Amino acid sequence: MNITQKVQKSLKKRYLKEKIFKSMGFISVAVAFLFLLILISDITIKALPAFVQTQIVLQVDLNEQDLGITQQSNVDEIRQVDFRRVIRAALKKQFPQVKKRKQKKDLYSLVSVGAEYQLRDLVLENREILGTTQKVTFIADDDVDALIKGVIDRNDEESGRRVKDFKLKLIETLEKNGQIEKNFNWQFFSSGDSREPELAGIKGAVLGSLYTLLVTLLMTFPVAVAAAIYLEEFAPKNRMVDFIEININNLAAVPSIVFGLLGLAVFINFFELPRSAPIVGGIVLSLMTLPTIIIASRSAIKAVPPSLREAALGLGASKMQTVFHHVFPAALPGILTGTIIGMAQALGETAPLLMIGMVAFIVDIPQSVTDPATVLPIQVYLWADSPERGFLEKTSAAILVLIAFLITMNAIAIYLRKKFEKKW
Amino acid sequence: MNNNTDQKTLDSMHAEHGKTVGQPFCQDAKFSTRNVDVFYADNQAIYDVSLDMGKNEVIALIGPSGCGKSTYLRCLNRMNDTIDICKVTGQLLLDGQDIYAKDQDPVLLRARVGMVFQKPNPFPKSIYDNVAYGPRIHGLTSNKAELDDLVEESLIKAGLFKEVKDRLESPGTGLSGGQQQRLCIARTIAVQPEVILMDEPASALDPIATAIIEELISELRKNYTIVIVTHSMQQAARVSQRTAYFHLGKLIEVGETNQIFTNPAHDLTEKYITGRFG
Repeated sequence: MNITQKVQKSLKKRYLKEKIFKSMGFISVAVAFLFLLILISDITIKALPAFVQTQIVLQVDLNEQDLGITQQSNVDEIRQVDFRRVIRAALKKQFPQVKKRKQKKDLYSLVSVGAEYQLRDLVLENREILGTTQKVTFIADDDVDALIKGVIDRNDEESGRRVKDFKLKLIETLEKNGQIEKNFNWQFFSSGDSREPELAGIKGAVLGSLYTLLVTLLMTFPVAVAAAIYLEEFAPKNRMVDFIEININNLAAVPSIVFGLLGLAVFINFFELPRSAPIVGGIVLSLMTLPTIIIASRSAIKAVPPSLREAALGLGASKMQTVFHHVFPAALPGILTGTIIGMAQALGETAPLLMIGMVAFIVDIPQSVTDPATVLPIQVYLWADSPERGFLEKTSAAILVLIAFLITMNAIAIYLRKKFEKKW
Repeated sequence: MNNNTDQKTLDSMHAEHGKTVGQPFCQDAKFSTRNVDVFYADNQAIYDVSLDMGKNEVIALIGPSGCGKSTYLRCLNRMNDTIDICKVTGQLLLDGQDIYAKDQDPVLLRARVGMVFQKPNPFPKSIYDNVAYGPRIHGLTSNKAELDDLVEESLIKAGLFKEVKDRLESPGTGLSGGQQQRLCIARTIAVQPEVILMDEPASALDPIATAIIEELISELRKNYTIVIVTHSMQQAARVSQRTAYFHLGKLIEVGETNQIFTNPAHDLTEKYITGRFG
């Protein structure tokens, strides 16, 4: 057998190995993609109903005398009016046959408890409707919503059905009259959390996450980059620096809940920063994110070719000029990649925030970093934990919003990275 | 076997000739170095080198790989400072001033002693910004017009202006290897140094680009002192007036380039230039 034959014989084996490796790689990618697809489609299918809201159209009589206010009344006077009575009157007028106390209760619970505030806001915005009779669209109660969406099956036995026959008949009457509408759920994006599924919205958590991450980014990025540049370019190579390096690496491996305990002990108990506030959450998350960004930034700085440093130094640039004119810009794409990873981690983090009270039930939408707030993953956790069926779809919807938040954040970072990379 | 004895005789010859052969000193010295030793931690890289570099002279440092010629070159603008374990002893004077003195600022020194590296290393910036960087950080010009003139003048001196005048804003890294190296030379002379150190400036280039660079070196000699490290003996012969031969960290022989290549005084030099080792 000559050399050509030998090589040919071995070639077969080599190509086979390559083929096997390639197909294994392809299979792993395909499996990973499949799972992602299953996950996303499952969540999306479950979340879709949350974006639709059932509403009930009622004819309300806004008689000025009954309400005790006029078009000239001031805001406080209008706020004091019991609009619930107006809605109940409208319902009673449509179903005059309902007399029994229990049946009345069923009737009144067709619309959400938030309906009266809805009507009040409507009146505050359009005073001219006072004294007239208006068709107003109210948010339906979550049970009605569930029935209309088919979550509650009307053909079930009455004993096993959450909406009893009497209420069902009321709803079907409304349906026949065309008084039930299904509209896009803007409420979900414009309101904060609520005990009532039909009123609960994601805005509070989105803003809470935004404020928290803003604090995290502002705290982490400058500190991490400065630390990385110092350690990589300026620090003397001695034991102290080795010790610091080991500690940074260890910090990256500390369980996140420990950072929560630290935040509770130091920032809330000692410095007395407000509880449940994005400022504290942001600081705690930045402690957690720091090592990730430092490590990524250091390797990005290390990867800058030494010839670039030599070129600058050889021209008489000072160390500082060399680093900030040449090394830092060249390392920036890598630093941004590390930042994306760190921030994505921070966005999905729940455990440390539980410790500092961001798990509280907060209805108000946070206006600043010191207002009580919750964040998206904790909102998911809170809703998943709620017994009302309406929260099931909200949970999936919140997960979708969290993923959308993450994708937006990463897209911005990737755009920035591409922009800096373009400078050759 | 034969090789072994050869090496042994070389080593013994080396021990005998501890002193440099030829004329390491000159009358009108720009750089004068005496008894320079360089250590990397515990390893000594340069042994007792004394050498002068004259004004408006091109001096070539030649020798086999690892002989310390690049290390010696990098002592002249204190580039070795960036290596923590590197220690330089002895006396290195530029115009009579000790460049390793405590009050000597390495940044100032590097503005006076420019350097061109083996591999072209333009900044990832435009051609214009590459050349303008040095003058900008040193504040050499007071307005944009002056800077434009300086950039143009430097590019003309480096023989690159004609090729790039229409695309000064395009990236310096987009040029060919030879053009990049000339851009690096333009960048170096834009700072208006007194000495230019060149560390194998043409080793990564093709013969045509090399010829252009060599021509450029001969041209630059009128205004600058040039110290060039090279692996090509032909190149040393073509561009330099004096040549210094290094071997295992020692300066073996220094002399007029003609004399070194035609009639070397030391056996090691002769063996190297006739290609018996290297």
